[in-house]
Amino acid sequence: MKFLNKETLLKYKSIIGLVVFSIIISLLNDRFLTVPNLLNILRQTSINAVIAAGMTFVILTGGIDLSVGSTVAFSGAIAASLIAGGYNVFLSILIALSIGALIGLINGIIISKGKVQPFIATLATMTLIRGATLVFTDGRPIGVGFEGPAEIFNFIGSGYFLGIPIPIYLMILVFAIAYYILRQTRLGRYVYSLGDNEEATKLSGINTNKIKTSVYMISGLLAALTGIIITARLSSAQPTAGDGYELDAIAAVVLGGTSLAGGVGSIFGTVIGALIIGILSNALNLMNVSSYYQLMAKGLVILIAVLLDRKEK
Amino acid sequence: MNEILVEMKNISKEFPGVKALEDVDLNAYNGRVMALLGENGAGKSTLMKILTGVYERSSGEIYYKGEKVKFNFPKESQEKGIGIIHQELNLLPNLTIAENIFLGREPVGKTGKINWSKLYSDSEKYLKKLKIDVNPKTKIKNLSIGIKQMVEIAKALSLNAELIIMDEPTDALTDAETENLFRVINELRDENKGVIYISHRLDEIFEICDDVTILRDGKFIKEEKVENINKEQMIELMVGRKLTEQFPVLDKNIGEIVLEVKNLKNEHIDNVSFNVKKGEILGIAGLMGAGRTELAKTIFGLYKVSNGEVILDGKNLNINSPHDAIKSGISYVSEDRKKDGLVLGLSVKDNMTLSSLKEFTDSFGKINKKDENSICDQFIKSMSIRTPSKKQMVKNLSGGNQQKVAITKSLIAEPKVLILDEPTRGVDVGAKREIYDLINKFKKNGMAIIMISSEIPEILGMSDRIMVMSEGKKSGELDRKNANQKNIMKLAVGMKGEKTDEVFK
Repeated sequence: MKFLNKETLLKYKSIIGLVVFSIIISLLNDRFLTVPNLLNILRQTSINAVIAAGMTFVILTGGIDLSVGSTVAFSGAIAASLIAGGYNVFLSILIALSIGALIGLINGIIISKGKVQPFIATLATMTLIRGATLVFTDGRPIGVGFEGPAEIFNFIGSGYFLGIPIPIYLMILVFAIAYYILRQTRLGRYVYSLGDNEEATKLSGINTNKIKTSVYMISGLLAALTGIIITARLSSAQPTAGDGYELDAIAAVVLGGTSLAGGVGSIFGTVIGALIIGILSNALNLMNVSSYYQLMAKGLVILIAVLLDRKEK
Repeated sequence: MNEILVEMKNISKEFPGVKALEDVDLNAYNGRVMALLGENGAGKSTLMKILTGVYERSSGEIYYKGEKVKFNFPKESQEKGIGIIHQELNLLPNLTIAENIFLGREPVGKTGKINWSKLYSDSEKYLKKLKIDVNPKTKIKNLSIGIKQMVEIAKALSLNAELIIMDEPTDALTDAETENLFRVINELRDENKGVIYISHRLDEIFEICDDVTILRDGKFIKEEKVENINKEQMIELMVGRKLTEQFPVLDKNIGEIVLEVKNLKNEHIDNVSFNVKKGEILGIAGLMGAGRTELAKTIFGLYKVSNGEVILDGKNLNINSPHDAIKSGISYVSEDRKKDGLVLGLSVKDNMTLSSLKEFTDSFGKINKKDENSICDQFIKSMSIRTPSKKQMVKNLSGGNQQKVAITKSLIAEPKVLILDEPTRGVDVGAKREIYDLINKFKKNGMAIIMISSEIPEILGMSDRIMVMSEGKKSGELDRKNANQKNIMKLAVGMKGEKTDEVFK
């Protein structure tokens, strides 16, 4: 049993945990391990996972992005109103995504040029953008409609291809690109370097402000994508959409073993982290646990996972 | 013979995959100073961490005052009277001197309220003993490194430590501060306390130590009385081979001016002008705080220039960041590897190519790992960097090898001007020589080199020309022929040219 040594166990501990956890649930409830339910989990997870992918970039540099939840709502509202106004679907999506990236750009500039702590900077923009969303929507949902261009748009959220929901494809695509960037490109290398030692990275001739701004733009862009997925699924943009999503995303990243101090972690861990959260709430739903208790369970799982991780170090 | 205070016997320590110590013995005696000597990576710090309970030993025994002991935590060894002053100071910058000395042991009244007046008066007592004239209410962050070092020593004294371990205490001290430290060590000896003294500076060993224990590659080599051994023998025992003359002298082949700095000025430096030529080593000497590092960092784009010009190959440069500097052909190897010279959590390879990654990427930003790997292999070989693999994390290498990685990072960026800031600080004797050889190789290849160093023998041995700085200004320039320790020091303390002689009269 060569492959069962301590090192491999530690390396794949999050996957092992996920598998063990899934086996226990499937023993407790026979509806868990069915194809429709698994697809359902993946579709629900995709919302958090896409945001968490962007959050991974930010946290790897030692930053944090609290504004993602508000960006989800704002970009969703923009997309919905454009499409309801009869604009081209792809153009509308492109504009909504650009607005997400623009919010990231603003975050990045405040943090890098303005030298404001990421927590404070994005706390401010989080509040600001939520307010802007409420002003823009007048506090009411914006319906996308169901015909013509809206039909194409809604497909993104509720459509299927080969029996699998579209958001799952989007999630896989996002993670594949994120993995590629972090592992194969210069930007990825700089992200890790910056997170480990900003001063040394700067002295190595790297424009650290540019890297910082890039990660917040990625985070904003993916939050906007999530906003589009949610809006398309509901065929309407809710002004309160995405509320608290930043915390779920941070939880997924941390559960995946990425250090909040920066420099250490992986996008693969984030996939696992997001799945753990997704499976947990699915399991509790299947077992008819009230949503009040679900929150407590989620908090406990995060706490236990992080404590186990710390103990090992 | 004095009594044995501590006896460490057959100590071994294994880390995963590495044998850090193998059957090492170390004794410390009452009323004597034991030098612990060895190259970086020889296991000195590990041995001390085992003694003080930071690490658990794999095997071996420790006797303290004749009693077999095993400390599980640093606090246990501290309570038994073993004080250690670490190489990296462990002080809290935002607390005062007094708060730091008595951290965790503050004198408190019945209600738990800190007795501040006692705290300050006790601290003052220890500072006075060390002849340090500073208010104990001063915050640590406002002190010089030398005074901070003294605060650490005051802390050790306040523990009533019977054995005091000093890990390279003089690395950052000025000569006056070092002298003061030696006076304190002599007093400790007179009080019949034991001292273990770790240092790279062999001259200090002869000045202050009674005995010496030498380690090499985690093994015990020899314990000897200092009076029975000379410097050459020490070096030979440390590195396991004879070293030929320390500084390789290279025949000169100096070309045209590459870099010219004219009247450079900002908040750190004042009106500095100099030039450096192709194939030349310009040494920059001066005391701590003379503005040498600041000058380098200004040229490198880290500090804003308020006035003056930097001209490279006849072209006026406008450098606003290290990014610009490296692009123009100026590289800087930092004096502080751990702080800003290397990214310790990244691999040897990732550090090496960090400054030049652009050269290894296609237009989509994808890294060509094959090219990257092959250049790293090439440099690991040519720089003789000792690492198990290029994927090893840099933090696991010894100081000398880390320094070579830092230099390699600059080299791969192919600079025209290479600025080396304290290139051999915290590097052992053997690796020092290797670094000198490398610097001379760069010189031979026509690179213009600026070498900042606080070690005057190094400046004298390596430089073609020497510029001396004092208080942010250039205080003079000396030819290799005319330079000696005395005239460098005169310029370094701010006395100019011939006038100095009058001052001395």
